[in-house]
Amino acid sequence: MTDTHLAQLNVARPRAAMDDLQMADFKAALEPVNRLAEAAQGFVWRLTDGFGGDATTIRIAGGEIMVNLSVWESRDALWNFAYRSPHMDYLRRRREWFHQMAEPYQVLWWVPVGHRPTVAEAEDRLEAVRSQGPGPAAFTFRHFYPMEILTM
Amino acid sequence: MHEVDVVAVLADPVRRDLYEYVADAGHEVGRAEAADALGVARTLAAFHLDKLVGAGLLEVAHRRLTGRSGPGAGRPAKVYRVAVREHLASVPPRDYRGLAMLLAEAVEAVGAEEALKAAAQRVPADPREPAEVLAERGYRPYRDGGVMRSRNCPFRALSEEFPVLVCAMNHALIGALLGGGAQVRLDPRPGECCVVVENSKN
Repeated sequence: MTDTHLAQLNVARPRAAMDDLQMADFKAALEPVNRLAEAAQGFVWRLTDGFGGDATTIRIAGGEIMVNLSVWESRDALWNFAYRSPHMDYLRRRREWFHQMAEPYQVLWWVPVGHRPTVAEAEDRLEAVRSQGPGPAAFTFRHFYPMEILTM
Repeated sequence: MHEVDVVAVLADPVRRDLYEYVADAGHEVGRAEAADALGVARTLAAFHLDKLVGAGLLEVAHRRLTGRSGPGAGRPAKVYRVAVREHLASVPPRDYRGLAMLLAEAVEAVGAEEALKAAAQRVPADPREPAEVLAERGYRPYRDGGVMRSRNCPFRALSEEFPVLVCAMNHALIGALLGGGAQVRLDPRPGECCVVVENSKN
């Protein structure tokens, strides 16, 4: 486990522009939630746009889709931050800010320690899950591929 | 071991009380503590605790309870905690968990999370004390400072597969069950229920 970290990408299509009143609660949550992630056990790295410390200006698919790209020490580290921390209360409210997506919107994959995935690389992994379903190179929490199995 | 045999291990009243004690303790329990809590001999408690381990209902670890270490600290003591694995026995056979998994997948696929929350919100309120209401439904509630948390998630298997869907539903459900008097919010911790109840009277 020590030479491999877990990368994750999730994408979302916002219901309004970031300065729209509809996004106000989401916008206000960005900084505290990002601080929470950075303080979480097993956090390694997250993508930022170099301006305000978040990644909200980084868009794909012609500017419509926001990305959330990060690296964690283990599955449990990411799981406990995403679903077993105050972050969950914002996930509960996600439909207030983001559209329902018909396709998979999250992908996980293993990276060597020290690797910082690019948005393009992450998009390829998401595309793999979307077109071929979960596999060893791109998977989901529901269909997880533990590192120990992959190296056997 | 068949699931019915696992559940049958709890038919013994001492064993059942030991299981309940460990499940409610909130920490790993040593043999002496369990024996003292139930007022039974340590050898008897040890016998029944190990039966529960054998059935897969409890897990065992070894800890030095005194905090001492190195030579002279003695052997590490056996401590017990509840096993994560679920056991469901139904006569005649039923599979509501399998059904719930499929329904959850369908709810996500069509984006009907709000409809699920609304359905949970329509569950009638239970007028009793919050701790009683949650205990009866298996949440294992406990006081934590000014709030009430719960050690057990009754929807654990499903929440591992559909965390956002299930926690959002559970938040709405507990809010409905406790009625207007209690304020509930989502504040999950690893291994526990995701909902915290504030301003509860007991």
